[in-house]
Amino acid sequence: MPRPGFVLEVDRSTPPTLFWYGERFRLERLPTGSRVIYAPEPHAPLADPDAAIASALDNPLGDSPPLSGLLRPGMRLTIAFDDVSLPLPPMKSPDVRGQVIEAVLDRAAAAGVDDVVLIAALALHRRMTDAELRHALGPRVYDAFAPHGFLTQHDAEDPDGIVHIGETDQGEDVELNRRAAESDLIVYVNINLVAMDGGHKSVATGLASYNSLRHHHNPATMVHSRSFMDQHRSELHSSNWRMGRLIAASGIKIFQIETTLNTNTFPEQFGFLQKREWEWTMKDRAGFLAASKALQHTPPKVARSIFHSIRAPHAMTSVQAGEVEAVHAVTTENVYAQQMVAVSGQTDILTMGLPYISPYNVNSIMNPILVACLGLGYFFNLYRGKPLVRQGGVVILSHPTPWAFHPVHHPSYIDFFEQVLSQTTDPVAMSTTFEESYARDPWYIHLYRTSNAYHGVHPFYMWYWCAHALDHLGQVIVVGGEPRAVRRLGFKPASTLADALEMASDTVGRDPSITHLHAPPLLLADVT
Amino acid sequence: MKALLFERTIPRYAASRIASTLGGSGKGVKVGPLRLTDNASEPGIPGPDWQRLTVRLSGICGSDLATLDGHSSRYFEDIVSFPFVPGHEIVADNDEGQRVVVEPVLTCAARNVSPPCAPCSAGDTGCCTSLSLGHLAPGLQTGFCADTGGGWGRYLVAHASQVHPVPENFSDEDAVMVEPAACGVHAALAAKLTGGETVALLGAGTLGLVTLAALRRWSSPRTIVVGAKYPIQKEWAAKLGADLVVEPSEVLRAVRRVTGSMVAAPASATVSDSAPGLGPRRASAGSSRRRGAWSPGASASPRRLSGGADLVIDCVGNATSLDTALSVVRPRGKVLLVGMPGPVRIDLAPLWHREVSVAGAYAYGRETALDGSPRTFDLAFELVGEHSLGQLVSARYPLERHAEAVAHAAAAGPRGSVKIVFDPRRRR
Repeated sequence: MPRPGFVLEVDRSTPPTLFWYGERFRLERLPTGSRVIYAPEPHAPLADPDAAIASALDNPLGDSPPLSGLLRPGMRLTIAFDDVSLPLPPMKSPDVRGQVIEAVLDRAAAAGVDDVVLIAALALHRRMTDAELRHALGPRVYDAFAPHGFLTQHDAEDPDGIVHIGETDQGEDVELNRRAAESDLIVYVNINLVAMDGGHKSVATGLASYNSLRHHHNPATMVHSRSFMDQHRSELHSSNWRMGRLIAASGIKIFQIETTLNTNTFPEQFGFLQKREWEWTMKDRAGFLAASKALQHTPPKVARSIFHSIRAPHAMTSVQAGEVEAVHAVTTENVYAQQMVAVSGQTDILTMGLPYISPYNVNSIMNPILVACLGLGYFFNLYRGKPLVRQGGVVILSHPTPWAFHPVHHPSYIDFFEQVLSQTTDPVAMSTTFEESYARDPWYIHLYRTSNAYHGVHPFYMWYWCAHALDHLGQVIVVGGEPRAVRRLGFKPASTLADALEMASDTVGRDPSITHLHAPPLLLADVT
Repeated sequence: MKALLFERTIPRYAASRIASTLGGSGKGVKVGPLRLTDNASEPGIPGPDWQRLTVRLSGICGSDLATLDGHSSRYFEDIVSFPFVPGHEIVADNDEGQRVVVEPVLTCAARNVSPPCAPCSAGDTGCCTSLSLGHLAPGLQTGFCADTGGGWGRYLVAHASQVHPVPENFSDEDAVMVEPAACGVHAALAAKLTGGETVALLGAGTLGLVTLAALRRWSSPRTIVVGAKYPIQKEWAAKLGADLVVEPSEVLRAVRRVTGSMVAAPASATVSDSAPGLGPRRASAGSSRRRGAWSPGASASPRRLSGGADLVIDCVGNATSLDTALSVVRPRGKVLLVGMPGPVRIDLAPLWHREVSVAGAYAYGRETALDGSPRTFDLAFELVGEHSLGQLVSARYPLERHAEAVAHAAAAGPRGSVKIVFDPRRRR
């Protein structure tokens, strides 16, 4: 039986706590009385994933007929799937998307459906590489579709490939991928790594255009999403739900398939990363020491290469299919069951060790904007109820924050960092002054459409993810970050955790409460 | 008299070149041909329209630094005479006690050449063709001529055509900025902008800043992007009217943004299946089908734009700035060289292929682009007065501390300074 999450109170006997530090680690001694929040242990995987998938397709939730009942000869079937941003790290083969899509294709073949197109639901993310597509879909699906042009990637800037569906009652434009919208059925295959994923967000965001996305990817929506992991208190989700219902009302049929994964995040050689420090065995200690020492002398590029080659041993814990909202309700409960940790009370200072990977730098560089987004956009929002850190409190991040960008994946990020952040860190100010020019820039659009670049507007979205935290916090400090890059973000650099705590005392006084978010593996703090 | 004298000694010239090459600009002054002397000959009055001037302040210019570093072009050898007292940015008193600034070009009028050359007849004195003729030793300007003295000495002589009275409300610092401001005015008007252009200005030292101010005063470009290296330069560039101030390495990206251009790159630099975190690799077959002519790999180290700025004004004049200029100028655009270039090695293929015009902008005279063809110096007085450009003078040094002064001027930007001047009246 896996143990639930745990909140440790640090005392004199507590060993040093492991902090992620990009492609390295730090061992930090937290002051006595600090709290450390550990993720629940991984839930048991489904014993027979293929049988579970089959069962979900044949016994759908909500008012949906079984998948086979929706399939007929001569129909247009579009299968959309989550892109490279999920899961993190990329999972060992077979990826659940490939497993589910194989089952869907078996039923389509049995029903005589021969107009089938696969679409990677990129939204404004970068196009996936061939290798990434092959990994996500598995070689059988990839080889059957890619050579014939039936494996496509959503292009939010294709003037002929986007169709306007309508406007919500809040005046939000809903625009979708034309192939998907004009299909007789969309089957959406998702990986629900965190509670924020899935539901109406899958189609309404993943297959949408900038004109559509801007209605919820903006500072006002983000600052009123408290948190992204709590659908009922998230403006981001409210907007997506309005759009999703409009899509359904327009007659577009969606059969949603959602999967959840356990928190088994790292392979055995990195087993110490998902154990509590006082439970480290000799093998774990040796593994940590060997990894730490080796990484200290490893050039950053090589270290990055090593870490990005990690394939997570994630395993599927549930799969459900059918009508979007009914499916997502169950999915969300399954995510909560795996990740939720009860935490009593907020903290003055929240510390976080940020790892080498975020949803937007898979096989890429964690640039400073993504460091901010991972810390303040994602980890800060890993709560339900109240933020882990109190209003006006301090977040201390641990990350080297190099002034480095992947020139192909993140071209507009470079300009955003150089032009926008040098003038303002205010999400509202940058959205009114700069967003449109980046979103409509023909070069960024060209790179997004033809290369492997994130859309020109994407760095703005990364910064907007931070809007709630920026609005809430009194100070952000980065331990071990490159000072110039950290200052450009509007944060303060500190060389050690002790320095950071000293600096934080200006904001929270001399005797603050301290909580460390020990993630990944991912967790969700239910703060009361 | 006391003066800094620049002599023709080949070994010292070579030593300064080596020292500045190894140690950076300004490092050659202690071993180079410049020396302080108390016994320099006071320049004689060459003719009836000449007057003796007592120097108040004299600036250190980029061309002076190039000369002291041994990096100036051999082109100038025939239009310079040795030994000379450097210093051509000058505010001084004449013997009537009138404060004047010197327009240093030694034209046909100063040289008593009659009839004057065609450029001088047209008021285009910066292009005088008589720089080694007449009753003076060769010298393109005061400060490069053995017969006139220069601003880095106590006294010099100037022809009546060279002196401009200084308004009473001008400080000496304002006055010493008039000559460099005139260079900026001439450059801005030589650009012949008609309005609505995108201009990239490379370099925000003294010359870059005054050119920027003049561009804003006498033309109406749509956008001016300035490449500035140091905080004080950035601050002044913003103050004097730049729309966008960026690091020199960011100029290409900034020009791309404001002109809506693409980045050009060789197809071999494209990506796709990335090695984890190791940056771009060649495209895989699957992704190459949609690759366009302007390839994404260009973003790795963008080198050239599809479009670009209508005008690039290079106020630096080295190989890097010229290369940047040719990278960011649009096809059939113009590159204007304002900073004094020396021998450089650059690839001229883009100039040829994109039919780019390259022009120089040197000195001053009369500005025919404006009604009434006003004298450049008159416009420069106006510009200096309007912006109180004397504020750009960051430090004064006595001649005795010339090594320090030159080192300061060579590192003005990093030391938070813009213009460094000598004050020959001071001893310490």
